[in-house]
Amino acid sequence: MDARFWLIQVFNGVSYGALLFLVGSGLSLIFGVMRIVNLSHGSYFLLGGYVALSVIWTTGSWVLSLPIAALAIAMIGLLMERIFLRPLGFDPLRQVLLTVGFAFLFQQAALDIWTGNNFDINPPNVLTQSVAVGGIYLPLYRVFMIAAALIIGTILWLAMEKTRMGAAVRATVDDAQMARGVGIDTSRISMFVFGLGAFLAALGGVIGGAFLGIYPGLDFEILPIAFAVVIIGGMGSLGGAAIGALLVGLADNFGKALFPEVSYFTLYAPMALILAIKPTGLFGRE
Amino acid sequence: MTSQQIKILAVMVTLAAIAIIIPNTSSFVILLVTRALAFSILVMSLDILLGFTGLPSLGQAAYLGVGAYMTAILATRYQFGLGYDFWLVILFGMMIGAALAAVFGLLAIRATGVYFLMITLALGQCVWGLAYRWNSLTNGDNGINLGVRPRFGIDLANEVTFFYLVFGFFVLSLLAMYVLVRSPFGRSLTGIRERELRMRILGYNTWLHKYIAFVIAGAFGGLSGVLWAHTAGIVSPENVVLTTSVDALLMDVLGGAGTLVGGAVGAFIVIGLREYLSTLVPWWQYVLGGVYVLTILYLPTGLMGIPERIRQHRAGLTTGIERRKLTSTPS
Repeated sequence: MDARFWLIQVFNGVSYGALLFLVGSGLSLIFGVMRIVNLSHGSYFLLGGYVALSVIWTTGSWVLSLPIAALAIAMIGLLMERIFLRPLGFDPLRQVLLTVGFAFLFQQAALDIWTGNNFDINPPNVLTQSVAVGGIYLPLYRVFMIAAALIIGTILWLAMEKTRMGAAVRATVDDAQMARGVGIDTSRISMFVFGLGAFLAALGGVIGGAFLGIYPGLDFEILPIAFAVVIIGGMGSLGGAAIGALLVGLADNFGKALFPEVSYFTLYAPMALILAIKPTGLFGRE
Repeated sequence: MTSQQIKILAVMVTLAAIAIIIPNTSSFVILLVTRALAFSILVMSLDILLGFTGLPSLGQAAYLGVGAYMTAILATRYQFGLGYDFWLVILFGMMIGAALAAVFGLLAIRATGVYFLMITLALGQCVWGLAYRWNSLTNGDNGINLGVRPRFGIDLANEVTFFYLVFGFFVLSLLAMYVLVRSPFGRSLTGIRERELRMRILGYNTWLHKYIAFVIAGAFGGLSGVLWAHTAGIVSPENVVLTTSVDALLMDVLGGAGTLVGGAVGAFIVIGLREYLSTLVPWWQYVLGGVYVLTILYLPTGLMGIPERIRQHRAGLTTGIERRKLTSTPS
C-alpha cells in the first residue's frame, strides 16, 4: 500500500462521490423543501438509465440521451408530486409508503419494457480512454464524472444563491409557513423541486450507468446510499450534499478496499450515529 | 355482546378455521400459510411500534434477520437447535432480537417523525451491510442453507406438523401482544401516540415507554426470524434488505395499523398475492403496487378500518338527514 494505492483510491472515491452528488443533491432538496422521505428516488435513477438506453438504441447518440432521459423522468416526478403526493398533505408515513408503492410499480414497468437483463451504457469513445497524470493512469470517464458534478453543482449553487426562485426555495427550506406568509407559492416550489430532484437523479442514472451498469434492483441499491449522503451532509443544503457525497464516496471506496467484510457497515453506522446525535446532519440548516 | 367481544370471537373463529382447513389443502398452500404466519409475527411486532406507539420503523427486518441468521449459523456450524434444543434457539432468538433492539433503541428512540424513519432505515442497513458483506460469518450474497428442520419426538420436516408449530407460536404471540396493548402499559403507549407532550406533562417517562416497546417488538421480531429460517430453509441478505422492512410496513398499513390482527391480514394478502399471483400472471407486481397506492390514498385506516368507516358513513348520513329535518322545519 504505497502512495499510488492511496492516490488511486482517493480518485475513485471522489469520482464515485461525484455521481452520488447528483443523486443526493436532488433528494436533499426534496427533503428540505417538502420533508418527504422519497423512496422512489432510486427508481428515478434507474429509469433515467433505462430511458437513456432506449434513446441510444434508437438514435445512437449518447449526448442526446442525457437531456432526454433527465427531462422525461423530471416529468414523471412532476406528475407524481402533483397528482398523488400533493393531496396527501403533510403525513410522513403515508408519503413514504406512497413513494414506495410507486417504486414497486416502476420496477415492474422497467421489467416489462427493458426486460431483466443487465445493460451497460456505452459513452462515446473519447471518454473511454485513460489519461496519464504523474505516472498514474486515470480513466477519462471518471474525470468526466467529476467535471460533470462540478459543473452541475456550480449551476445549482448559482441558481440557489443568485436567483429569485432559488431564494424562494431557500426560504421554504428554512420555514415553509413563514415563506407562505410572505407570499411565496410553496406549492409551486415543491413541484419544481420534486421535478428538479427527479431530473438530477435521472442524470445520475445515465452518467452512472456507464460504470455501475443498469439492472433490476439497482434502484433499491442506490437509494439507501443516497440517503446516507443526505443524512451525513445535512438535509436541504447543497453544500452539505456535496460534502456528504464526497465523504460517502471515499468511505465506500476505502471501506471496500481496506475492510471488505464490514464495508457497508462503515457507511451506515456513521449515518445512524449522526442522526442520533445531530439529526440535521453535519452541515444542515438548523 | 360488545363490539370488542364480537371482534375477539371473529378472530377466534378465523383462527380455528385456519387450523382446521389449511392442513387439508395442498402442500403449496400449507407452505404459503406457514410463511405468512411466520412473517405475520414480525408485522404484528411492528404494529406495536407503528400502530400503538406511533413509531414508524423502517428497519424492522433487522430483527427478523438476526433471529434467522442466528438460527442458521447455530444449525449449520454447531448442529445446535435441531433437537429439543430448538426451544433454546427460540429463546435465544427472542433474546438476540431484544438485545439488538436495546442497542438500536438507545440511538433511535429520541428521534421523531421523519427522523425516526431515517434512523431506523440506517440501522436496518447496518445489519443488511453485515449480512451482505461479512462472508466468513453469513456466506454473503449466497446465504445459508439450513438443510434439515429440527426433530424432537415430532418431526418438523413434516409440513403439517411444522405448520401447527408456527401456528401455535403465531397464536401465542398474538395473545401476548394483545395482553400487552390492553395493559396499562399499552394504554400509555397509545397515549404517547396521541399526544406525547401531554403524557410527559402527566409525569410519564415517555422515552422509557417507547424504549421498552421497541425492545419487546425486537424480541418478537427475533422469534419470527427463527421461525422464518426453518420455514424458508434458507437465510440470505434478502431477508434484511430495505424492501423487506418496507414490506412489513406496507402490510401493517394495508391491514390496518393499531389493530394487531390487521398486520396479519396484510401479511396474508401480500404474501398470498406475491407467491400465488406470480405463478399465474407475469404482471403481478402491478397489482401489488396498485393495492399499496390505492390503500394509502383511499383507505388510510387499512382494511380493518372498513367496518368503522361504513359505520361512520351511516352515522354521517343519519345525522345529515336529521339536520335536514331540523332546518326544514320552520322555527
